[in-house]
Amino acid sequence: MFPKKLNFDNYKRVLELFPWLTFLKNSAIITFLSTVGIVFSSSLAAFAFATLRFKARDKLFLLVISTMMIPYYTTLIPQYILFSKIGWIDTLKPLWVPAFFGSAYFIFLLRQFFKSIPRELFEAAKIDGCNTFQIFYKIYFPLAKPAIITVIILQFIAAWGDFFGPLIYLQSEEKYTLVLGLNAFRGMYYTSWHYLMAATCMVTIPSLIVFLIGQKRIIGGITITGMKS
Amino acid sequence: MRKRSILARKENLEGYLFILPWIIGFCVFTAGPILFSVFLSFHEWHIFDDMKWIGLGNYKMLFTDPLFYHSLKVTFEYAIINVPLVLIVGLLLALLLYPKVKGTSVFRTIFYIPSIVPVVATATLWIWIYNPEYGLLNFFLEKIGIDGPDWLYSTEWVVPAIAFMGVWTVGPTMIIYLAGLEDIPQVYWDAAKVDGANYWQRLRYITLPLLSPTTFFLFITNLMGALQTFAQAYIMGGGGEGFGAPANASLFYCLYLYEQGWSWFNMGYASALSWILTLIIFVLTLIIFKTSNKWVYYERS
Repeated sequence: MFPKKLNFDNYKRVLELFPWLTFLKNSAIITFLSTVGIVFSSSLAAFAFATLRFKARDKLFLLVISTMMIPYYTTLIPQYILFSKIGWIDTLKPLWVPAFFGSAYFIFLLRQFFKSIPRELFEAAKIDGCNTFQIFYKIYFPLAKPAIITVIILQFIAAWGDFFGPLIYLQSEEKYTLVLGLNAFRGMYYTSWHYLMAATCMVTIPSLIVFLIGQKRIIGGITITGMKS
Repeated sequence: MRKRSILARKENLEGYLFILPWIIGFCVFTAGPILFSVFLSFHEWHIFDDMKWIGLGNYKMLFTDPLFYHSLKVTFEYAIINVPLVLIVGLLLALLLYPKVKGTSVFRTIFYIPSIVPVVATATLWIWIYNPEYGLLNFFLEKIGIDGPDWLYSTEWVVPAIAFMGVWTVGPTMIIYLAGLEDIPQVYWDAAKVDGANYWQRLRYITLPLLSPTTFFLFITNLMGALQTFAQAYIMGGGGEGFGAPANASLFYCLYLYEQGWSWFNMGYASALSWILTLIIFVLTLIIFKTSNKWVYYERS
């Protein structure tokens, strides 16, 4: 039942059997670009919702919140058709470009954090001659570092482990992410448990490392979303 | 006075500029698709050919489609097992890990870890655990003299098996319950203790009612998640044998939607399916909200 000795040959063998490095590269590109996009677009919007006064702000924010309730599958098919019409199927783009247009969940999370920064800082910087964008990236963004790190970690884990998105958008093997690669590998070597477990570990380890680095922040972030405001 | 209004107008403009990416994203990836998908659900269309208006045709077809009813049944069977199980286990873990004793934070981390593992990895691991011959589960069941079922290969057990696996990702539920517990003022428990209430009485009459808003939130979010289950079912059905295996017993609603949309490219029909799902989720959420004043206790009331 249980294996007798520790043996790293499985990893070597698994690496030889499948082009994991290509998958790793694709996963890394998607994860990196989507995380950059999410941080950039969501923090900008969150900053505006938290500090600036503009018409219909609260109504628009309510709209942000309500989009969190829309099931994933509602918008899925038209999005797929849109990407297929502009020739993005079997490219990595559908998996990271939308991140540059914000995520309701992270806008909400960051806005709660920006709200806790005293308004006096905003006013003082303004009197000192900062424009609004400078106030954002010189004062608010650095102060929100803990919240930004939470967003980075949560987005990393989500993008890294995403299955459905890559499944529908990526077709040729050289475009596969690690997760899709693991799924294909499982289909081929479904009786070789030792290889399967080695491959599973390889796919899991990056998420695990990111989680262990920032576990306190993740747990804090999850808590915010469960808060009654 | 005049300067003030110029400043206000500038702030107005800047506000819109800052949220511009989100506004574009909302139009292109949310609002547009929602409208288009309504439109699409009244058409027959396979992406490559011309769109054909068929009015309510897709919806009519849907209500006579046995697989539609079957996949709904499978999904609800899953939700009925999975959602209460995850809530109960999450609550129990939170109650155990709430006291600030040395080591609880380590356990909080350990119980959270499975939730960050990519679902394909989790599913692969559990296919092995559930394997009737070589799997860990039946190995232990045999040790205590139980002849375990075929789990993922059995039409009867495949959905419960996938639902039980949900406990593996109880982490976020546990963390939100812990946050809910931390919101309860210690004085309540102290006062009850002074009045002679034992642990169970305190749990029953203080903790659970005060946690009910948290339970409410978790119930809705977990139910929404359960009704949209895809990856586990896609990967694990029939032990990884393929779609809905064995014999469509694991054909979850979203799997059926995927099959219609991406195996047959029936985009109109798949849109109709997605709208029915949206409607079901919406109505269920509404019902839960409406009945919530009966069982959700808010401190101010």
